[in-house]
Amino acid sequence: MADALLELRGVRIGMRERRRQREIVRGVDLAVAVGEKLGIVGESGSGKTLTALSVLGLLPSPPLRLLAGRITYDGRLLNELDDKALAAVRGAEIAMVYQDPMTSLNPLLRIRTQITETLRAHGADRAEAAERTRQVLGQVGLADPERVERAFPHELSGGMLQRVMIAMALAGSPRVLIADEPTTALDVTIQQQILELVEDLQVRTGMAVVWVTHDLGVVARLVDRVAVMYAGRVVEEAATADLFARPSHPYTAALLGSLPQTSTGHRDRLTQIGGTPPDPTRLAAGCPFRWRCPYAFDRCTEEEPPLLERGSSRAACWKEPAAWAR
Amino acid sequence: MLIALGRRLLSMLVTLFGVAVIIFLVLRMLPGNALTASLGVSTGLLSHAQLVALDHYYGVGQPVLSQFGSWLGSVLTGNLGVSLSSRTSVASLVGSALPVTLELAIGSMVIGVLIGVLFGVFGALRPGRVVDNLGQGVAVVGLGVPSFIIGTGLVTFLASTFHYFPSSQGFASLFRDPWLNLQQIFFPALTLGLGVAAALLRTTRAAMLEVIGLNYARTARGKGLARRQVVWKHLFLGALVPVLTMSGIQLGYLLGGTVVVEQIFVLPGLGRLLVTAINNRDFPVVQSVTLIFASGFVVVNMLTDVAYTLIDPRTRS
Repeated sequence: MADALLELRGVRIGMRERRRQREIVRGVDLAVAVGEKLGIVGESGSGKTLTALSVLGLLPSPPLRLLAGRITYDGRLLNELDDKALAAVRGAEIAMVYQDPMTSLNPLLRIRTQITETLRAHGADRAEAAERTRQVLGQVGLADPERVERAFPHELSGGMLQRVMIAMALAGSPRVLIADEPTTALDVTIQQQILELVEDLQVRTGMAVVWVTHDLGVVARLVDRVAVMYAGRVVEEAATADLFARPSHPYTAALLGSLPQTSTGHRDRLTQIGGTPPDPTRLAAGCPFRWRCPYAFDRCTEEEPPLLERGSSRAACWKEPAAWAR
Repeated sequence: MLIALGRRLLSMLVTLFGVAVIIFLVLRMLPGNALTASLGVSTGLLSHAQLVALDHYYGVGQPVLSQFGSWLGSVLTGNLGVSLSSRTSVASLVGSALPVTLELAIGSMVIGVLIGVLFGVFGALRPGRVVDNLGQGVAVVGLGVPSFIIGTGLVTFLASTFHYFPSSQGFASLFRDPWLNLQQIFFPALTLGLGVAAALLRTTRAAMLEVIGLNYARTARGKGLARRQVVWKHLFLGALVPVLTMSGIQLGYLLGGTVVVEQIFVLPGLGRLLVTAINNRDFPVVQSVTLIFASGFVVVNMLTDVAYTLIDPRTRS
């Protein structure tokens, strides 16, 4: 994609041991255009969170690090920026919202302090920072922003904290928001509110959103395009509507099949994908999904398929969907 | 907040009372009494009438409870009694020794905290690298080599190699001759500070390593703060509670544990006063100095407690 704002090329993440390296993310290509909403979907251990963290150089290092690849933002190669230049991008151009709001805020500092320091780090003066903090806390729909501002994290609920985290991310008016499973630690009702909040904010600010989740249901309504990850690679990438209508990878098809439908009776069993995802650091040759795949044939054990054009989508499968047969 | 503070003050007073009881009882259990202590073997030469008179003067033979009551009463009014061996008031002995010990303790803490915290913080940021290994080396020396060896080593080295022995001219007080005083205090403070540094370094490093792995540390980096801010405002602040605890314990030790080092560097502090008093069976001095040591520990502990509540909002309520 030529007009990509944020682009990942051949990103490999893992640890380097004495002689060999163990890869958890094994060559991911992704691109996000200005104002676009991209979903990254996958089971736990598929490498989606690490991919998201690598953008801003936030991998838990040691032991994990970016082994290879290029991460480009607005013409700049992020993975080669020095600390200072990277700090200028973090929070101001690209901001993140994390999985667990209860532990992602500093328990010893007031909410106000934690938001204003973000703004101050990017050049706002004291008054501007205070003003903007009040503004963003209001924007994320907190009932009593003045109280929240003065509160410490332990005095707020999980849902409120996630709103605070979103406000903090929003404060620097980023052009890209990376949300790493921001609703998994929350109740279902609160999840819904947070989804609506981000959707609404995206429309108002026009920022690009990268939404990392294991929940296809979330993705369906929120994003334009979906990348499905499996065992450290993107196995299918398509426009959301296409992906739901015509999955091109058996894994995506299986994921869709396991979603509860409105027609599913309350005593009906939900379909599940048999087996467990493989450990990406110990893969045998061939397609990593072949053990769980009903359509696997000889070639799948020999050679791992690259991302191939399948109509409007791209999928890492040797078989065309038309050729899938029981 | 105020109620909690009041409760702490109250428990501190109870502790101090307990300490006073123990000190008093332990000293009464020792063989001998004030009489034999001040006169030694010559007690045997006294006539019965003289003995009775002196017993009465020193309060020997009175019920323990009333002895304790009168001692506590006079301590509370600031009268620490009179030294049996030097015949001067204990208050004036303590008054001249306490500043020396305090200066030494504070000097050691400054050196210890500087070395310990800096190596602990920067070591934890890059574990296994040069700074970390250097720090670990300092810690091993500081913990492994007792202060009397470091102290005597320093004294002999400085004296024999550089003919530098600042204590030879007698102790100079900070106010009379600050330059000489600082020279006299620096090396003992370094000796003690190394031990403090070792303990603090390990605590700081461990606490920092823990905080570095927490989610909020990642948030701090992810929002574009300068490295200095991430390290001090977020990481070190998070590691501060155990570091403060350790500092409190160390300061408590220093207020009472400078005996050996004061002896080596010929500093007229509380430690030396205590050792001399014990050798002379000088009860009033021993009692008072021990009580001061204990009070120091208790007060430092209370201050660390108060500091926790200032740092961590979760402990206020």
